[in-house]
Amino acid sequence: MTSAITHSAAAAAESGAKPTLLSIRKVAKTFGRNVVLRDVSLEIAEGEFLTILGESGSGKTTLLRIVAGFEQASSGEVWVGAERLDDQPPYRRRVNTVFQHYALFPHLTVEENVGYGLRVAKRPADEIAKRVAEALDKVKMSVHAKAKPSKISGGQQQRVALARALVNRPRLLLLDEPLSALDANLRRQMQVELKSLQREVGIAFVFVTHDQEEAMVMSDRIALLRSGELEQVATPREIYSRPATAYVAQFIGHTNLLKCDVRGGVACCGSLSWAVSLPDGPALFSLRPEQLRLAGTGSSPGAVRVRGRVLHQAFHGATELIRVECGDGLVLVARTASGGALSDELELEYSPFEAVVVRESPERI
Amino acid sequence: MELLVSGPSASVPRSRWLLAHAAAAFAFLYLPIAVLILYSINGEGVGGFPPHHLTLGWYRMLFGDGAIWDSVLNSLEVALAAMAISLTLGVPAALALDRAQFPGKALFRRLVLLPLILPGIITGLSLLMLFNLVSLKLSLLTITLGHGTALISVATTEVFAGLQKLDRAQEEASLDLGANYWQTFWRVTLPNLKLSIIGAALLIFTLSMDEIAVSFFLIGRHNTLPLEIWGRLRRGITPEINAVSSVIFLFSLVTIVFWYRLRVRGEGVADVGAELVESAAPAET
Amino acid sequence: MFSRAYKTVVTVPPLAWVAVFLLVPYLLMFCYSFWSVSSLQTIVHSWDLENYQELLQKPVYWQTLLRSMWIAARVMLFSLLLGYPLAYFLSFYAGKRKDLLYQMVVIPLWVSYLVRAYAWKTILGSDGVLNTLLQYVHLTSHPLDFLLYSPFAVVLTLTHIYTPFTFLPIYAALEHIPRNLVEASHDLGATPTQTFWRVVFPLSIPGVLAGATFAFVLSLGDFLAPLLLGGPSGIMISNIVVSLFGAAYNWPLGAAISLGMLVLVVSLLFFSERLEKKWSFS
Repeated sequence: MTSAITHSAAAAAESGAKPTLLSIRKVAKTFGRNVVLRDVSLEIAEGEFLTILGESGSGKTTLLRIVAGFEQASSGEVWVGAERLDDQPPYRRRVNTVFQHYALFPHLTVEENVGYGLRVAKRPADEIAKRVAEALDKVKMSVHAKAKPSKISGGQQQRVALARALVNRPRLLLLDEPLSALDANLRRQMQVELKSLQREVGIAFVFVTHDQEEAMVMSDRIALLRSGELEQVATPREIYSRPATAYVAQFIGHTNLLKCDVRGGVACCGSLSWAVSLPDGPALFSLRPEQLRLAGTGSSPGAVRVRGRVLHQAFHGATELIRVECGDGLVLVARTASGGALSDELELEYSPFEAVVVRESPERI
Repeated sequence: MELLVSGPSASVPRSRWLLAHAAAAFAFLYLPIAVLILYSINGEGVGGFPPHHLTLGWYRMLFGDGAIWDSVLNSLEVALAAMAISLTLGVPAALALDRAQFPGKALFRRLVLLPLILPGIITGLSLLMLFNLVSLKLSLLTITLGHGTALISVATTEVFAGLQKLDRAQEEASLDLGANYWQTFWRVTLPNLKLSIIGAALLIFTLSMDEIAVSFFLIGRHNTLPLEIWGRLRRGITPEINAVSSVIFLFSLVTIVFWYRLRVRGEGVADVGAELVESAAPAET
Repeated sequence: MFSRAYKTVVTVPPLAWVAVFLLVPYLLMFCYSFWSVSSLQTIVHSWDLENYQELLQKPVYWQTLLRSMWIAARVMLFSLLLGYPLAYFLSFYAGKRKDLLYQMVVIPLWVSYLVRAYAWKTILGSDGVLNTLLQYVHLTSHPLDFLLYSPFAVVLTLTHIYTPFTFLPIYAALEHIPRNLVEASHDLGATPTQTFWRVVFPLSIPGVLAGATFAFVLSLGDFLAPLLLGGPSGIMISNIVVSLFGAAYNWPLGAAISLGMLVLVVSLLFFSERLEKKWSFS
């Protein structure tokens, strides 16, 4: 499985014609008896925005910290270009981090915080002043240059943390759930700003989050991590429309997982059946709610139809999610445009081509 | 909170110097006591090193020493009484500081905490002048009053820290369910402060048993243990003193370890440290 | 959150006690400093500045005060030098042992002052452990005098006694520094040494100030160590006060010196607190 993932990643990198910047090779990490990462391999291209997505406990933060240098991998290697990265302490790596709680130095002003890395590197004073001013300008914090971190808001602190990292012109920027402490509106705004900042600066960003919507909005590619292993690495569109496993299908967006039996080219799931070209045996399908439509009077050819009783109708603004009980204990969730109240019984239909085969996601200890 | 979890990171540098320094510091802190204990079993008493023959004779002598036992009893009396005074006044003081507003609160807080940071001589002498004014003869009573006064601050800081950790919502829930302020205090507040109060009691007891600076000025005809030892020291050293010192050390050790375990049960290590800091310095607002 | 009765019961008794046993005594001391002693050994309410004039004019008081401050300064310095790296080690490098090591530092703090001072007396004496050891390994040929009954002995003993006192606030301050600040500093290219001076130490300054103040103030007013180990050259200001309340019987003069010490100590505490506030950044 690992080779398949690296293959697709390498392919993506090749097709994008961008060279590989960071190479994570078979990295594993164990804390005592706790296996946090098993055999993770990932390639990150120059200038790409890659998100490592996962639940808490998936190992995503640990992976980031290994790249930053705050943890040592139990096995495996990390390379940047032709140089080995993970045998160097964090202060010698050309990699910078934006921390989850910003980690701004409380005893220094915003300006002094941003210039910290440059001062440590003993750059000349006028160069520091110039670069700091530029960085603050880019994140729109010039006005607050002389303020102390305790006097500015969370969102502002976040920008300062960003400037502090970027001013050093790292080869790679790591972001550890930097938006998780912000409220929803500010978060959405920052997502857009971060993305455009990344485009402007042109550095590769490795972004860690548990929020799948955030990952979809911002990333060039998403690497979904579960229990220390990569489930899938692909572009947002690909990961959404062609999830590799049941876990991916459920983690990203909503889905209906259909457990079917294939007999003689026909997949059967309760009262549903449609033709597939698969060998006999059990199969798992993922069907997105928006792919389930209310059956109209004119039926589309080859569409699979199913009747059911409406259990619940949830209003989500532009769309609604409808839970329908379809007999044999099968409950389907459909997404439709918001309309009025629906009748108790209705008929759903979907095109069999839209049901995607996914692999099982077994429990990992 | 992962932010505060410390421990060597992947980039732990050579900390050999720090380790060596730490070892030297611990040696400095403990060697004198080790020497004491060693001498307490040394046949020749104080002179000569290394000790040639080991004996428990000094301890036997200690057990037969009537004056020492008398002073121990005196110290116990004083310690228990001081404990009672300090707790009875310190717990309300902590409550007052934590919750009530009243004129002179800032002055009160500083006064209560002052004896901890002030050299004992000032506390002792000022009380001496007071007792002299009201013609109160110096005795174990005056020593008790001195200890009680000086140690209120220990009770106050321990209980205050405990109050900070108390979840107000519990008291509010009690009121919400129909209990009045008194009932809430006895049923909810006090039980939550149990650990703090016990901790304070232990600390006050130990400090009172060891106290000498304030007691020095308030002593009457009866000695407390430290003053008895002091008296003998002025007259000349007997090896018995090593024995009694070792015993004192052992008791303090046990008490403090016990106290520490008690506190850490409810909190983290750093918090306990912070409280000890608070207990030795005027607290911030 | 309070009924009137509750509030009264809680505030009045401690306030009353503190007023009687702390405030009144200090006021009394204040008054005494303006009185004097007659030739018949009685206290005369003369209400003059004679005592203060004597203090200002006779050099023995000034000299002793300065010597005491010098001793206190050295105790402060040495206990900081001992205590800070110890606290740093425990906070950043001790890992799982931290708890145990912390207890080990705290324990001596609560073990009798007298026991610890006496222990040093046995070690430093001409017949004591140190001298015997030095002669045994032939580093010296006869006992060193200055070890005991000297300012050296006082400084050494008081350093021993007050190092845990300095350790505690420094350790607490260090523990409060979020570790992600250290990581951020490393991330930005600073070595552990640079990180210490640029980030850790500045943030620990309030703890250093608190610890230094304790050590200085408590050493300044100490009279037991000088009595046990100081000898004639190690007399400190409190010893003068002790004798004025004892054999030399001049309570008013003693009160004047004590009051002076009280004022000095309270001022030091006040300044220290102001500085601590200035350097605290949370």
